[in-house]
Amino acid sequence: MSTPSLSPFAIDHLKIVPRRFYGRWLSAALILLVFAFIINAFVHGQIEWKIVAQFMTAKVIMHGLLNTILMTIYAMTIGIVLGVIFAVMVMSPNPMLKAIAGFYIWFFRGTPLLLQMLLWFNLALVFPMMGIPGVFEARTVDLITPFIASLLGLGIGQGAYTAEVVRGGILSVDNGQTEAAKAIGMTRLTALRRIVLPQSMRVIIPPIGNEVISMVKLTSVASVIQFSEILHNAQTIYFANARVIELLIVATVWYLAVVTVFSIGQHFLEKAFARNQRNSGKTVKAVKPKMASVTTIEGAQP
Amino acid sequence: MNAVLQTAAAAGAPMVVAHEVHKYYGAYHALKGISMEVAGGEVMCIVGPSGSGKSTFLRCINQLERIDGGAIWLGGELCGYRRKGDELRELSDSEIARQRLASGMVFQRFNLFGHMTALQNIMEGPVVVQQRKRAEVRDEALALLERVGLAGKAGAYPGELSGGQQQRVAIARALAMRPKLMLFDEPTSALDPELVGEVLSVMKDLALSGMTMIVVTHELGFAREVSNRVVFMDQGQVLECGTPAEVLTRPQHARTKEFIAAILS
Repeated sequence: MSTPSLSPFAIDHLKIVPRRFYGRWLSAALILLVFAFIINAFVHGQIEWKIVAQFMTAKVIMHGLLNTILMTIYAMTIGIVLGVIFAVMVMSPNPMLKAIAGFYIWFFRGTPLLLQMLLWFNLALVFPMMGIPGVFEARTVDLITPFIASLLGLGIGQGAYTAEVVRGGILSVDNGQTEAAKAIGMTRLTALRRIVLPQSMRVIIPPIGNEVISMVKLTSVASVIQFSEILHNAQTIYFANARVIELLIVATVWYLAVVTVFSIGQHFLEKAFARNQRNSGKTVKAVKPKMASVTTIEGAQP
Repeated sequence: MNAVLQTAAAAGAPMVVAHEVHKYYGAYHALKGISMEVAGGEVMCIVGPSGSGKSTFLRCINQLERIDGGAIWLGGELCGYRRKGDELRELSDSEIARQRLASGMVFQRFNLFGHMTALQNIMEGPVVVQQRKRAEVRDEALALLERVGLAGKAGAYPGELSGGQQQRVAIARALAMRPKLMLFDEPTSALDPELVGEVLSVMKDLALSGMTMIVVTHELGFAREVSNRVVFMDQGQVLECGTPAEVLTRPQHARTKEFIAAILS
């Protein structure tokens, strides 16, 4: 054909050599070496891995695992309910409600969880009897079991944090939404329930997912007041058989397992909310089922 | 004030009576004694530069803002207070919510409920607030959507609609409450120019159907064509009030002349 191009810009015939990351290879090798050293140390350390395996699914451990998961769910439920109530109170125009909610948040965020739990557990020292006089009365020690004390400590403490999350969520919804709701005759509370709270969910859900994961680990604090969650049960066993590290490893593995499962759940939840956000501008599709009936009506129209 | 109260209560009274309405934001005097009457079936446009207090006044009519002096009657009913002997007792949150049912409001930024479809937006008020039968409300809501030219958009979320479509849904949402009076707060100011027409034509149809309307707007063409009366406001005061021809074509006040010249240029 024609003579080969002599243009200095024709570089298509040159071979492209990808960039080489020597540093990455070097650092990876170093880290693997360190890991190998640590693993080797543990394998040859004084750990009876057989005992770890043996206790991994022991009945007492399984029971503790179940209690840990249940306590997480119960305490978070209380925390979310209280959080919404106190967030609404703290944003209320009523100065009394505002002050009460402000005090609640200040007190329970301002004191350590461990201390709160000890206070609940020792409530009997202050009030030996509890109940409504004449109707129902019981000894406080019988009422405030380790389970109840843990639930109160974790749930009420969590409520103070969740209240702040919910407040942030409510503030994230444009004030125009409230005005539009008022303009169609809604009271402040109806507007909050029907219009503002549903739309604040996309801001509230991700941090709540985070708090659930924190809660899984926080339940371990309840071991100090004898609530038989997984760490407490692991300790009970090693007090008897002196296999301290083996049982702590068992607890570690189970905490990681539970947190991993919750993290995966959180990931999907956040993805779902992010997707809805894309579909409908800055909003969340909260009321899906109605779509079907709407389309049928549209279809029926001439 | 007693005389006004009696006139307002009399049969055939104007739909809206505002008497010496004052509004302060801190030290800022936003409304400096606004008085006006709007008759049933009348369309009144309020024009004026931004910051003149026209939106504030509109928001006072449906009590999104509290007034600091004077009084407003809507359909013969005193807004925000109940008279007991010589006392005016402040109404509760839910009583004010009930009074707001008399008027429908359309906002500059539409304010459609983002988590609901167009149809759900329209049905929300009648079903939740007025507790009317869902099936009946649904039929009415679909008819309203057709009336504003959006028959096919019942299942669309606000994020999927254009500004003009959102504003038309917002008008349908306000109408679903069967208000006696419609308030429009710069309904076309947030729209792309090519979408203004579709919203104005819906508003024009509404005016022709006999709805009482107060419209805060910069659309002088609409004011001239559709309204019975035009009010010009500046710095919290009504400077001029009259027929569109009087206010827009032969303005008396220098400020009105300036404003109209600035908009038309």
